[in-house]
Amino acid sequence: MNRATLRRLEAWAPWIILLALLAVWQAICSIFKVSDFIFPSPYTIAQALVEYAGPIAGHAWQTFWTTMIGFTIGVAVGLSLGIAVGTSRFVYRGLYPLLVAFNAIPKVAFVPILVVWFGIGSVPAVLTAFLISFFPIVVNVATGLATLEPELEDVLRSLGATKSDILWKVGLPRSLPFFFASLKVSITLAFIGTVVSETVASNEGIGYLMMSAGSSMKMPLVFAGLAVIGVMAMAMYEFFALLERRMTGWAHRGGHAPA
Amino acid sequence: MTPEAAATPFVDFRDVALAYDEQSGFAVEDISLTIRPGEFVAIVGPSGCGKSTFMKLTTGLKPPTRGSVTVAGQPVTGPLKFVGMAFQAPTLLPWRTTLDNVLLPLEIVEPYRSTFKRDRAKFADRARALLRTVGLDGYGDKFPWELSGGMQQRASICRALVHQPKMLLLDEPFGALDAFTREELWCLLRDLWSEQRFTVILVTHDLREAVFLADTVYVMSARPGRILARREVDLPRPRDLEVTYSDAFSQIVFDLREKIGRVRKPVDLAAAKAAA
Repeated sequence: MNRATLRRLEAWAPWIILLALLAVWQAICSIFKVSDFIFPSPYTIAQALVEYAGPIAGHAWQTFWTTMIGFTIGVAVGLSLGIAVGTSRFVYRGLYPLLVAFNAIPKVAFVPILVVWFGIGSVPAVLTAFLISFFPIVVNVATGLATLEPELEDVLRSLGATKSDILWKVGLPRSLPFFFASLKVSITLAFIGTVVSETVASNEGIGYLMMSAGSSMKMPLVFAGLAVIGVMAMAMYEFFALLERRMTGWAHRGGHAPA
Repeated sequence: MTPEAAATPFVDFRDVALAYDEQSGFAVEDISLTIRPGEFVAIVGPSGCGKSTFMKLTTGLKPPTRGSVTVAGQPVTGPLKFVGMAFQAPTLLPWRTTLDNVLLPLEIVEPYRSTFKRDRAKFADRARALLRTVGLDGYGDKFPWELSGGMQQRASICRALVHQPKMLLLDEPFGALDAFTREELWCLLRDLWSEQRFTVILVTHDLREAVFLADTVYVMSARPGRILARREVDLPRPRDLEVTYSDAFSQIVFDLREKIGRVRKPVDLAAAKAAA
């Protein structure tokens, strides 16, 4: 096999693995005649997807926009906190331990509190998505800023650069690859936050759909919900991966740099 | 330049000492020296002798614990704003093209800063001309990571000089380069200096480099760094690389080497005694 075919095969690898996995899954369900109530086969899940396409699309849209709002707030807050933690020793010392402690709390524990404050609906979902997604952004942006080469800082300071000059001209551009890398992690976390909140406290969204489908024993529909979440999260991940490559190509130069 | 201006020193260190913190003791001690405007000074010494500390003191990045530092007639209290610096690592910004890297100081230093947007084309021409003089013609639009180490270091020197600083500080700028590239860049620095006559402080542990380039060589001792010897290099200028093979050149290098050797020995003997 030459290198070109190998490269082409690599591009198809995720699809090949996915199909193989579905085939094995289907085979197990068919051969052992597994009940759809226990473990539905890919075929019945696909049937459910088609049958409930309308409601699924509605709930998926709900989940999608709540996630995106929560994620957007997460990016804004994460970026500001990251800059504060990365540029100020005082903030780093004071705030960072608290942030770490906060991050260790399972976010599902916040949902009941949010429900008491804001009632059932989109608001707890948005807030849970936000709470779960901002931390990786803080850590990454702060790391990008804190690992600035001291020589570079000396060069700039001996030119009379102010702190904000250094931040804008060097610190922020330098932490962009860290920032984009964290977006990929955060967007998938944001989906988790939304769905967790929807299963507990909402009448809309994929989380709610799965919950109610489960309680009426429509297991294929529950699995269809899982598949929809997976696809949405993966699509957004790929979107941010693409954005990362476009914005910070200089940091991923393995492919096109000359020898 | 008037004779009086030439007589007043550009850099004046008086009994300067610096301790980074209270426990660690002095990094440099009893430093007194003067540097004329346009003088090329080299500072040599064993590693860890406080050469880089000396640079930080000169630029005002660190205030002295004792004594005073005066540059251009003004006591140094904070970071100076008319200094160009280059280090062993080129420290170019990978997201900027080489040209934009060279332009960086003009975005920060006044008076260029306020007119940067308006005069960008003019400044870019100046940066390109500078890149041409160091042999990087046509490389302005390449990214630093597309250049070789020697080329990156040339670009770094361009960045240090683009705002026409009165003083250039070089901290082992050629340390990471191969011997041939290093000698090539010596000549480059020599030519830039004889053309523009900025004051240069070159920190190095290459004695040949120091003697070839400098008017005056200072030898520093191991920590705490003190100035052990001052040697004027009276080799005629302009100096060609051939001069490095002359007897006079070798004699100066040898003298300096001996002074550094003397710095080392007592330490080693003491260590040997303690071990025995």
